[in-house]
Amino acid sequence: MSLTQILLIVFLLFALSRVTLQYKSGNLSLLSFLFWSFLFAAAVYLTAFPDQASRIAQLLGIGRGVDAVIYISIAVLFYLVFRLYVYLENVRQEITDLVRKLALDSNKKNGRKKSKN
Amino acid sequence: MKLLVAIPAFNEEKMIAQVIKSIPGKIAGIKKRDILVVDDGSTDRTFEKAQKHGAIVVRHIINRGLGGAIKTAMDFARREGYQILITIDADGQHEPGSIPLFIKKVIDSHKDVVVGSRWLKAGSAPRTRIIVNKLANLLTYFFYGINTSDSQSGYRAFGPKALDRVRLQADGMEVSSEVFREIAKNRLSYAEIPIRVIYTEYSKAKGQRITNAPKIILQLLVRLFK
Repeated sequence: MSLTQILLIVFLLFALSRVTLQYKSGNLSLLSFLFWSFLFAAAVYLTAFPDQASRIAQLLGIGRGVDAVIYISIAVLFYLVFRLYVYLENVRQEITDLVRKLALDSNKKNGRKKSKN
Repeated sequence: MKLLVAIPAFNEEKMIAQVIKSIPGKIAGIKKRDILVVDDGSTDRTFEKAQKHGAIVVRHIINRGLGGAIKTAMDFARREGYQILITIDADGQHEPGSIPLFIKKVIDSHKDVVVGSRWLKAGSAPRTRIIVNKLANLLTYFFYGINTSDSQSGYRAFGPKALDRVRLQADGMEVSSEVFREIAKNRLSYAEIPIRVIYTEYSKAKGQRITNAPKIILQLLVRLFK
């Protein structure tokens, strides 16, 4: 096993431990935990046994194992960026809903106060 | 009928008083007319000036964008039982004198949504505005199947049926295109009336820029697919 492989595996294991910690502290749902664990575990496996990547590449009709890993990684990354964008949009919208509710409630309250006076 | 004229405003202390003052008081077919300023998190004296000139003011504690302000105006109109809502820009580019024409279309011609179009009347507009608008009109037709000459106009009237049914989601400038989605979805009747727009250096600096276009397209796409 080369030094690059070892360093990469150490980093991926570190990432895997973060996923577990985030799940334990309740910041990740079970589904997200399973998804990220699978992703990092698969990366550890393919880094440790690059020949397996070549077998997957042959199955997919792509020449080299490394190419298959890169293609799949890019597709997954694109999808994750899209999910992140949608998530941020939702958070933005929730903030707006909150700001709007506060504004309307405050106006109602002030209206009531005025009509009492 | 009860009419609410809503002015979404963000840092408009220079123009807001003038816009409020020029809104007609008596309009045929309207028993009660109120002015609502949605202060969208302004950091200047927009709130105080609007209040001083007799408008009802609802204040967002932080800036949320044009869509957020229009949604607040719609909720306010529904809550307080208004039957017609008109939205008008706060930068002084729209002539409030055209409001009776909108009302006439809603009441006499029974139109649910009336949009003031800048392109039905001859006049000069900055070239970038023309390009942005043409692109936006094309996308509105592509996404929602409605042929409009001005999909980005902020001068609109919503009749009782539209007020009841239109549910907007967007927070930013893309709300203008979203209005057309709601027209199509709820099968609302739609009309355009020609309006004159006063382009000043001030209003040009405040309006949509061509650089907003990619963001608007991306957000409309995300809304379609999410």
